[in-house]
Amino acid sequence: MLLRPNPSSGVPIYLQLMEQVKHSIETGALRPGEQLPGIRPLAEELVINPNTVAKAYRELEHEGVIELRHGAGAFVSANARAKKATDKLRAGQALVTASVDRLRARGVTDEEIRRLFEAALALTKTGVHGE
Amino acid sequence: MSDRFVIETSDLRKQYDGVEALRGLTVQVPAGSIYGFLGRNGAGKTTTIKVLLGMAHPTSGSARVFGTPADVPAASVDIRRRVGFVSDEKDLFDYMTVDEMIRFTAAFFPRWRADLEQRYRQSFELPADRKVKVLSRGTRTKLALLLALCRGAELLILDEPTSGLDPAMTEEVLQALVAHVASEEMTVFFSSHQISEVDQIADQVAIIDRGRAVVTGALDDLRESYRRIRFVFEHDAPEATFRAAGAGRVRRKGRVLTVLASHGADGIVEEAGALNPVSVEIAPVTLKEIFLETVTGED
Repeated sequence: MLLRPNPSSGVPIYLQLMEQVKHSIETGALRPGEQLPGIRPLAEELVINPNTVAKAYRELEHEGVIELRHGAGAFVSANARAKKATDKLRAGQALVTASVDRLRARGVTDEEIRRLFEAALALTKTGVHGE
Repeated sequence: MSDRFVIETSDLRKQYDGVEALRGLTVQVPAGSIYGFLGRNGAGKTTTIKVLLGMAHPTSGSARVFGTPADVPAASVDIRRRVGFVSDEKDLFDYMTVDEMIRFTAAFFPRWRADLEQRYRQSFELPADRKVKVLSRGTRTKLALLLALCRGAELLILDEPTSGLDPAMTEEVLQALVAHVASEEMTVFFSSHQISEVDQIADQVAIIDRGRAVVTGALDDLRESYRRIRFVFEHDAPEATFRAAGAGRVRRKGRVLTVLASHGADGIVEEAGALNPVSVEIAPVTLKEIFLETVTGED
């Protein structure tokens, strides 16, 4: 189910694993309550460091995506789907970051970008209120 | 003494006939890690391993294994009992068969793991009756690895374990190491000049150059903190030096200025703001790039 991370992409391997698990949950390949592979078998299968798998699982637990049950293993959280709000924010953050990068690339200074965002927010606010 | 670190060296120096093989090497290997000791040929990797195993005496500085100094003869005996070592030469007796080589080695180790021996004999597909002399390089490596893995060692020291192996064989060896570490509580310290295998299975790394560790740390932390920042200017890039923490090598080429940051990319971008770049790009850096940027070139 999980694919081999690419060690030479410059992206930390535990982050790649975390993304894969989250993606599997989003696509329904992994469902709430289902068990994830154990740390050892997964490390062997993907030929990566067991400590790295353990770190990915710890971080996923910290984010509430999975639950680590003592002796039993790792399971997808029952409320893993209820994380849409954070997903929305994360996707939003990616959009904002991309916009900021593009603006910077055009030579717009950070101060100008901040003003543009504030201006845009203020505009839509007044728009909503219908003036 | 520290239980957290299985190997600790501090300002370790070693001179051979006036040649400085180690020039102040400081590394700490946490228990339970797979530690990649990465460097070019001649960087001091094998010398370090010899010092750790008590086969060479440091000129100055200290080297501790399991908290005890490696250069004290009594300690060195204890260290070698608790360490599995596979040398670059894969020291084996050519006149023995594979089976004899395994029996012979097992006799020296009271904690020999017959269960692991069975497992690796099968997974490595070792020909029991074949003479060691006629084994292929890959099979030789797997036999040497079996002998090291089965002695119940707490620490495995491997000098270039995959040198001369084809990619399929390399993968098999890496897989065995990962599986072994996952099922047994142990630490692996392996030297290599192959960036890709360190990238794949190590969680801790030291890049060693001319007898010194130039980069050390958790590999995923390095991936997370290193960045390459590329500034493009309207005209020729200015001669710039950065005071921001983390700023490393700066390269200028035409309108482009590139900075390698070990951390704190934001601070560098902020500092560069005064130079009025027309664009800024920040990209992750691979271990290979870190390696090439930090080790010195050919003499």
